[in-house]
Amino acid sequence: MAPQRDVAIVAFAQTDHRRAVPERNEVELIQPVIRQALDQVGATIADIGFTCSGSSDYLAGQAFSFVMTLDAVGAFPPIQESHVEMDGAWALYEAWLKIQAGHADTALVYGYSKASPGDLPRVLSRQLDPYYYGPLWPDSVALAGLQARAMIDAGLIDEAEMAAIAHRSREAARGNPHAQLRGSDPLDELLAAPYLSDPLRRHDCPPITDGGAAVVLAAGDRAREWSKRPAWIRGIDHRIDSHNLGARDLTVSPSASLAAAKAGVSEGKVDVAELHAPFTHQEKILATALGLGDSTVLNPSGGALAANPMMAAGLIRLGEVFRRIEDGEADRGVAHATSGHLLQQNFVAVLEGDPR
Amino acid sequence: MPPADNDRQVTPFPAGLWEQPQPVVPAAVAEVAEPVQRIRVPASMLYRYTPGAAPSRFLRGLRDKRILGEKDPVNGDVYVPPRGMSPVVGLPTTEQVELPDRGTLAAFCIVHIGFGVNAPPTPFVSALVLIDGAAVSVYGTLLDIPIEEVRIGMRVQAVWAPDEELTTSFENIRYWKPLDEPDVAPELLKGHM
Repeated sequence: MAPQRDVAIVAFAQTDHRRAVPERNEVELIQPVIRQALDQVGATIADIGFTCSGSSDYLAGQAFSFVMTLDAVGAFPPIQESHVEMDGAWALYEAWLKIQAGHADTALVYGYSKASPGDLPRVLSRQLDPYYYGPLWPDSVALAGLQARAMIDAGLIDEAEMAAIAHRSREAARGNPHAQLRGSDPLDELLAAPYLSDPLRRHDCPPITDGGAAVVLAAGDRAREWSKRPAWIRGIDHRIDSHNLGARDLTVSPSASLAAAKAGVSEGKVDVAELHAPFTHQEKILATALGLGDSTVLNPSGGALAANPMMAAGLIRLGEVFRRIEDGEADRGVAHATSGHLLQQNFVAVLEGDPR
Repeated sequence: MPPADNDRQVTPFPAGLWEQPQPVVPAAVAEVAEPVQRIRVPASMLYRYTPGAAPSRFLRGLRDKRILGEKDPVNGDVYVPPRGMSPVVGLPTTEQVELPDRGTLAAFCIVHIGFGVNAPPTPFVSALVLIDGAAVSVYGTLLDIPIEEVRIGMRVQAVWAPDEELTTSFENIRYWKPLDEPDVAPELLKGHM
């Protein structure tokens, strides 16, 4: 969808991602991040026109858990607020629409989860339909193994290339102080490791993470005021493939391709792309679907393989691209987020800085 | 004969608007075949829940029959039970404030249909109690008083579990009972009723 108003990301903060943060509840986990994002632009909640968050009660193990987390915002006097039971990237989409519609000029967006209280691969199986797949309780890693196997059988990837993606991502994460996994064993050691869910080895899978992230959006002059170099959202789109895994060609991602086309990914050079690919083989599917070439730096933050807080890992991709544009490391970049099993839902945004 | 319905406990609501409806089989389905009215899908997920820093401080206090609220760092309001944050200013509450185990009835209703295994015999009074010194009220049940004598503004006192049964639980306050003190004028409860 082409924007009617110039809207940019102007601030981004994230937690130091960890396997488990048992000493803090969700509101205690996310509040410092929200505060950091607002502090970056010198704003209080009174300066924010719309607030939107992404989280999941299934992860929290509590009904309406997002309402308690709103305590971190300071929602009094009452604010305009919404929530999506999805990654914060989709919360950002809703906030962007709100600004496009002229109902707000600024927005606070955040996403977070503590995956540690539950058994994440089983919790994620509850995303499946309740009649045919759900009762079989296939876990998320086993399903990803089916997709990786289909890729290998189709000659689209091999285990060595998958290991190389894991190695590159986690080595890149050495430069990311927030990452959970920084650095990788050598390639030969990775490939000598036992299978977790054949053909996936441990290194092909994302870590389980407690964490969150927050982003501030602003339109027009306010964005220029709040950031030395705002990352303008030039295109944004999200699409969905069938929930029926048996009805899909698992080796491709039509929804990611379509979202990329609608967002205009190919209409300029892509200096950097942050792809939300929880499993190694999925990075290959996405890079292909988005038409990214060798001139694009892929996942310099380490991506979801270095830290994968559910409901925030997609929003973090947007933040990581923003940060590189604001710092002048990149001029134009692509951020991608996914949700559901096996890249079922895909979000793509094109971010661009003003000419230097 | 359909199998006995032993999959679930259905709350025994009275007949009428709240009655549990019978399953309806759409005509289009019934014409074709014996309808599938139910599939059995056992599901359970276990969570290792941790309440967080501020609730942990509160729950530890309850073990010692102490009610520990936490103070809003800007306007001084005391929240109990604390959740770690002042919802008004969005900042962490860090200073603990010990509150007495007495307060004022801010609102109540008389419950005629009890839910759950812990519900007292019906009818009983469910109450919001504004603990002295707190900015928000807490939920509880009010016993030891004829229902027709319950009124907003009456003073109440916590009844604690026996010492040997105290745990890190809000259930340590078994219920609230009347306190022999003059009522608080309703206008002083503005914002809490």
